[in-house]
Amino acid sequence: MSPSTAARINDFVIKIATVNGTGSASANALLMKSIFRSGIPVMGKNYFPSNIQGLPTWYEIRVTKDGHVARSGRVDIMVAMNAETYARDVKEVAPGGYLVYDSTWPRPALLKREDVTVIGVPLARLCNENFNGVRTRILMKNICFAGVLAALLDLDVERIRELLAETYAKKPQLVDSNMKAIQLGYDYTRQNFTCPLPMHVQKMDATAGHIMIDGNTAAALGCIYAGATVAAWYPITPSTSLMDAYKAFCDRLRVDPETGRKNFAFIQAEDELAAIGMVIGAAWNGTRAFTATSGPGISLMNEFLGLAYYAEVPAVVFDIQRVGPSTGMPTRTQQCDIMECAYASHGDTRHVCLYPANPEECFYMAAQAFDLTERLQTPVMVLSDIDIGMNDWMCRDLKWDDSYRPDRGKMLGKEEILKLEKFYRYLDKDGDGIGYRTLPGVHPKAAYFTRGSGHTQYGTYTEDSVEYQIVLDRLMKKWETAKKLVPRAIIDATAGSDIGIVSIGSCDGAINEAMDVLKGLGVGVDYMRVRAFPFSEDVERFLNAHKLLFVVEQNRDAQFKSLLTLETSVEKSKLRSLLSYDGLPISSTFIVEGVLAQVRPTPKLQAGMAQPKDAAHG
Amino acid sequence: MTFIAKPKIAHPSLPKNGLGFTRRDYEGALSTLCAGCGHDSITAAIVEASWELSIEPQNLVKLSGIGCSSKTTAYFVSGGHGFNSVHGRMPSIAMGANAANRQLKYIGVSGDGDTLSIGLGQFCHAIRRNLNMLYIIENNGVYGLTKGQFSASADVGTKAKKGETNFQPPIDPVLLAMTLGASFVARSFSGDKSQLVPLIQAGLNHNGFALIDVLSPCVTFNDHEGSTKSYAYTREHYEPAVHADFVPLEREITANYGPGEALPVVMHDGSRIVLRKCEDGYDPTNRSAAQVYMQERMKEGEYLTGLLFVEPSQNEFHTLNATPDEPLNSIPYEKLSPGSKGLQKILTRYR
Repeated sequence: MSPSTAARINDFVIKIATVNGTGSASANALLMKSIFRSGIPVMGKNYFPSNIQGLPTWYEIRVTKDGHVARSGRVDIMVAMNAETYARDVKEVAPGGYLVYDSTWPRPALLKREDVTVIGVPLARLCNENFNGVRTRILMKNICFAGVLAALLDLDVERIRELLAETYAKKPQLVDSNMKAIQLGYDYTRQNFTCPLPMHVQKMDATAGHIMIDGNTAAALGCIYAGATVAAWYPITPSTSLMDAYKAFCDRLRVDPETGRKNFAFIQAEDELAAIGMVIGAAWNGTRAFTATSGPGISLMNEFLGLAYYAEVPAVVFDIQRVGPSTGMPTRTQQCDIMECAYASHGDTRHVCLYPANPEECFYMAAQAFDLTERLQTPVMVLSDIDIGMNDWMCRDLKWDDSYRPDRGKMLGKEEILKLEKFYRYLDKDGDGIGYRTLPGVHPKAAYFTRGSGHTQYGTYTEDSVEYQIVLDRLMKKWETAKKLVPRAIIDATAGSDIGIVSIGSCDGAINEAMDVLKGLGVGVDYMRVRAFPFSEDVERFLNAHKLLFVVEQNRDAQFKSLLTLETSVEKSKLRSLLSYDGLPISSTFIVEGVLAQVRPTPKLQAGMAQPKDAAHG
Repeated sequence: MTFIAKPKIAHPSLPKNGLGFTRRDYEGALSTLCAGCGHDSITAAIVEASWELSIEPQNLVKLSGIGCSSKTTAYFVSGGHGFNSVHGRMPSIAMGANAANRQLKYIGVSGDGDTLSIGLGQFCHAIRRNLNMLYIIENNGVYGLTKGQFSASADVGTKAKKGETNFQPPIDPVLLAMTLGASFVARSFSGDKSQLVPLIQAGLNHNGFALIDVLSPCVTFNDHEGSTKSYAYTREHYEPAVHADFVPLEREITANYGPGEALPVVMHDGSRIVLRKCEDGYDPTNRSAAQVYMQERMKEGEYLTGLLFVEPSQNEFHTLNATPDEPLNSIPYEKLSPGSKGLQKILTRYR
């Protein structure tokens, strides 16, 4: 783990500091994609402000031959393009690292760090001399640094041109101007510095069968494959891109080429309350319907979620978690809605939750969510987060089984209804806690009255204690059925250790890397990644089988740990929280350090690592 | 509430509609509202209208929010699915349900609390989307289930049962709907079945959002001296401006209207509403003139009733959305999934 300056091929981190709204996003994407296309595994994380133009923004690219998908927690090359954040950006570079900055305005005072090599390129000057117009010059400056990095890291310039041509297929003149800016940076760097740097890229063949995709796009694609036809939502960061992606896929795939008719309804609601109402109405009436939102939206949807739970109406809700409480930091990541989603709404309510760890799982779990919600006749929430939802992740190719058909659950059609003497909506005929439902328009015999007020198992209104309780208890029986249907936890017990890590969702990549590091240090740990609530029985078994359990999650209040203690028989004193909640995706270093702080009495850790946070919590 | 349940078996002499159903086939569960409640008369009018229209009971979807009015969806057409949702949020349930199946008829029953306070936003947006449904407000100026608080439709100067006077101006759903561009706006009185039944029929056949605000006195909390929504006060101050007759497609116009008196409005399916003006100078097809006239009469303390504005609407939600004629909930999965081959094509963009 030492930050060596010796040749480091395909294993380093670049961080680019810019100002948002200045076109740097396309340069970042270009860099990352060109590395990916050279067969080298790569990770990209975007730390952007809740703002349209003018605030600091960072993009982190980790070139990782071992295929890690999380932050390591260190920065080797800083591209400091934002004068406002120079000071902190310089500080962040690991010893032996590099600092690239715009030397049009030299800053000797700020850049004094003897353990960092400074590479000054007069980007503004180069662009001012070669382009006209203020806006163009700013945009080109932010493409020009991609040329600098291409020279320093030995990136394939042809790949970059190829990507530009794809991006600007409809505006070929932009390919030339962008390429010109890249060439300017590239040539200047090669003429003035020794290229490439000791840390650079070398072609590999490790990305075949993989794609780079963000979780919101993958989830939207999952909704398409699940056959969802009604999407209702209210715009909220960071869920909007899921709906945008769904709409874009529908416009391409669901419009009848002859008639122009659309096999979907895409409804922008007046607020989140209406959005979930529409989803419930549409699912009640037999379509697969969903909404996407974030924490504040879930707060607003609580009342309706309780209705859907009690009246047993399907609904799929994607919660792309962001930093709370309240408005919080809308563009930064956390796993802070775990408790809110599990028990959303007043009264005795509980909801099925799925916890995808990456875009690949977003795709599969999105489709699965629709099967579960119809099978169980209860809302299913998919808890993603900004890190999964809005960053491009390297994932295995998504696959689809053409034999798949939607599981509509227990739904009776006209023929079946006519065979019955009488239809009762909430009767538990099969002993699994799930009744049969019908759709409006089928037959008068199939009609029933859906209500959020007290009802009997026959579907009639009641205020009778016994009748009320029969339904409420049956819902608990259904909950037991859900435990058997939700995705199992993923358990890695190869270490055979009595120490275990327990976690959910986007912590996965950092944990896997941390486990490798820990193993190298002689600390073997087992790992369980819980993928759904309610917890399946394997969760309980893993908890009981380990003496010490680190519960890793990204919130302050140890919500996942709370849920484990509430819903399993685990002994509370065995659980230790490792909590990362600063709004950045959790890093592997944070976990390594957190574990070593308790498993080894005097861990020798390098300087520059994140400080232990709450290592003894709980 | 009514304690005498009617026998389930209908007498053979009862008249039957085109489907062979009697009125009894359009009834629902026993009402649990107070004896004499205006809402029960509206329920009876819905039963009558549905029977006369020969609607297949299963094709009528009944939606409501919370409150006395919202309970009534259980009291008519038990052969249709009902959804008694949460307070003020019925329009969103209706929107979703309608999106899923455009071929059914949707009737929403709400109250003045449910629509004009907690549900004002959803009400407005349902109009804005021109959601194809009949939306009935059973308007009595008070919260009944919570025992007599003023609602947002309470008039200035009206007195509560316990003597308190309301000083806040009312929100009038009819004027609100007019300004929001609603294409079918009516007002009626629960005590005037002959006016209400054709309005309900026309509303159910209107291709878009149809609003009927029905003054429906609350016998328990708002039927006293000093109330402006009592039976006595309403009878004295309500004034039919336009009489509407609904003429279904299959029935020929037999009524004899003199020239200049009758104005037939053709609905999207070819059925007709025949309007007869009861007042000079009122034009129910001119939005701004109708609005001005209504406001003037309102200043004089008159409730103008009838089909106050109608505009056969083309752009209901599905027209704008370009959804197919078949319900979205019946499109086969094969048409919705691009399959594994399609996926390979989609993924090229992410390589």
